[in-house]
Amino acid sequence: MNVEFSDITFENRRRTAQELTEIATEIRRDIMKMLVLAKSGHSGGPLGASDIFAALYMGGVMRHHKDNPHWSGRDRFVLSAGHMCPVQYAAMANAGFFPKQELSTLRQYNTRLQGHPGRDMGLPGIETSSGSLGQGISIAVGMAMSDKLLDKTDHRVFSLTGDGELQEGSVWEAAMSAAHFGLDNFCWIIDNNDCQIDGRIREVMNVYPIDKKCEAFGFETIVIDGHNFEEIMGAFDKFIENNQKGTGKPTAIIAKTYMGRGVSFMEDNFKWHGNPPNEQQAEQALEELV
Amino acid sequence: MEEYTLLGSKPTRHGFGEALVVLGERNENIVVLGGDITGSVMTSLFKDKFPDRFFSIGIAEQNATTIAAGLALSGKVPFFASYGAFCALRNADQIRISCCYNEANVKIGGGHAGISVGPDGATHQVLEEVAYLRTLPHMTMLVPCDYLEAKKATIAMGEMVGPAYIRFGRSPVPLYTTETTPFEIGKALVLREGNDVALIACGALVWEAMLAAQELAKKGIQARVINNPSIKPFDVETTVTAARDCGAIVTAEEHQVHGGLGGAVAEVTAKNSPVPIEFVGVKDSFGGSGDPDELMIKFGLTWKEIYASALKAMERRDKGSVGFRRVKDVEQYIG
Repeated sequence: MNVEFSDITFENRRRTAQELTEIATEIRRDIMKMLVLAKSGHSGGPLGASDIFAALYMGGVMRHHKDNPHWSGRDRFVLSAGHMCPVQYAAMANAGFFPKQELSTLRQYNTRLQGHPGRDMGLPGIETSSGSLGQGISIAVGMAMSDKLLDKTDHRVFSLTGDGELQEGSVWEAAMSAAHFGLDNFCWIIDNNDCQIDGRIREVMNVYPIDKKCEAFGFETIVIDGHNFEEIMGAFDKFIENNQKGTGKPTAIIAKTYMGRGVSFMEDNFKWHGNPPNEQQAEQALEELV
Repeated sequence: MEEYTLLGSKPTRHGFGEALVVLGERNENIVVLGGDITGSVMTSLFKDKFPDRFFSIGIAEQNATTIAAGLALSGKVPFFASYGAFCALRNADQIRISCCYNEANVKIGGGHAGISVGPDGATHQVLEEVAYLRTLPHMTMLVPCDYLEAKKATIAMGEMVGPAYIRFGRSPVPLYTTETTPFEIGKALVLREGNDVALIACGALVWEAMLAAQELAKKGIQARVINNPSIKPFDVETTVTAARDCGAIVTAEEHQVHGGLGGAVAEVTAKNSPVPIEFVGVKDSFGGSGDPDELMIKFGLTWKEIYASALKAMERRDKGSVGFRRVKDVEQYIG
């Protein structure tokens, strides 16, 4: 299969829902191309979270400099659900952090695009290694503490966990501490696609109700349709507003998403959690993703 | 060579706690995370002096370790301390991924190590963490022998870059190093010269090795005593030189005999200069309640075991193949 990546990138600014939809489609197309080349990796979660990543990286939500990824004034993003890295790689490439052609190296020997993010490989914009679930959110809390309590800056920290990941007890240790330290500069995004490798969340180990848990742990909790850009941007706006007001409460955005969004045969099917498309499936997916 | 004599007795945890205050004064990026037992592991000294740079995380070692990684990735130098049973093994994956794989500048202090914690019993007597931590890429692993070395080692780990762990104990242990005794990460120190047998020890067992050497001297056996506080990076040269000069080694540590200092010495000598080694340590069992002193006797962690092991190692050397002889003996043998 002949796979080519476009070299168009998108600047990071406030955008309309229509623009973000187009960017998210490009991210999804890149994910399918990366995975068919890699012949392994996770399809479902990355496709489901593409809209959130479009908004974060190219919708003006996070402050970052693609040409200076270590810019001291940046907001930080920590992918706690490390297996979802194809969507982060694709979003960062589309935002101009590195050449899009490099997406073709996903999971290959010596690549900067490791199967789960490895900070040691030096991919611009990767703040931390992750892949052992439940750790990224604590790292993000540590970063938010550094920003708010020690350096006293206005930087914000975003972290995305899956919903199956909420079964890791240390996630709730992190949540407890984010509220305890009054980290209104911390935004926890929960990708609630209701799927994990073995099946539906409530069948593998029920973590619901998620919203009531977040509220009880002291979070400003916002439940959104994770594929609706008005709701996505509204939630991020609310987080930023709360941070600017200094409410002293961290924000949890529970984004209801569908695993495999945009590809008919993958959508809402947990069997696509950890598998790549074959060539024929990738071709069909790319026909649908326009 | 410095003469080492008993100067007193003090817990190594005091050295750790006092060093944090020294570090805090030198570097404003030093921050400390508490795990509820701040008085026991002496981080309370830092908390009292620098309350704005102390954060209580509660009884949540996994979270504390990973928060520390986040702070380190933001340019801070975080220390987290708890009992070694909980801040080396319960959080093992957090240390592996978030600290070591990230090469995050996280410092962990593991207190109440070994069986000398005493009455608290087996759950609190960590005896396995040296084996785990020294296998982690990028990790620095230190086991100081007395109060003053604990203080120097803590300061050294706070001033190096990269993940590091220091092991210290609760009970008072003999104090015999001085301000002028050298300490350097990656270096072992010969405390007593001798070419008949090498006693390589860390932590509380170093002084026991010195006592064993005194007893051996009464029999005309000159033991070389090596204090090896830097489990990783490991001082290959000092150990290999001791193997070549003495031809017989005893390792001694307040840890399982598997995988700790003894394991490190065995790996290094097997590769460079194989000699008989006897291992003094806890022999594949859990600890238990009791007075520290009676536990050290019960688990065979006194000078007497080191003494007996030295005789055994020498016997194995002398009755063994030529390959097990000392270099000087082989030279004589060849002629």
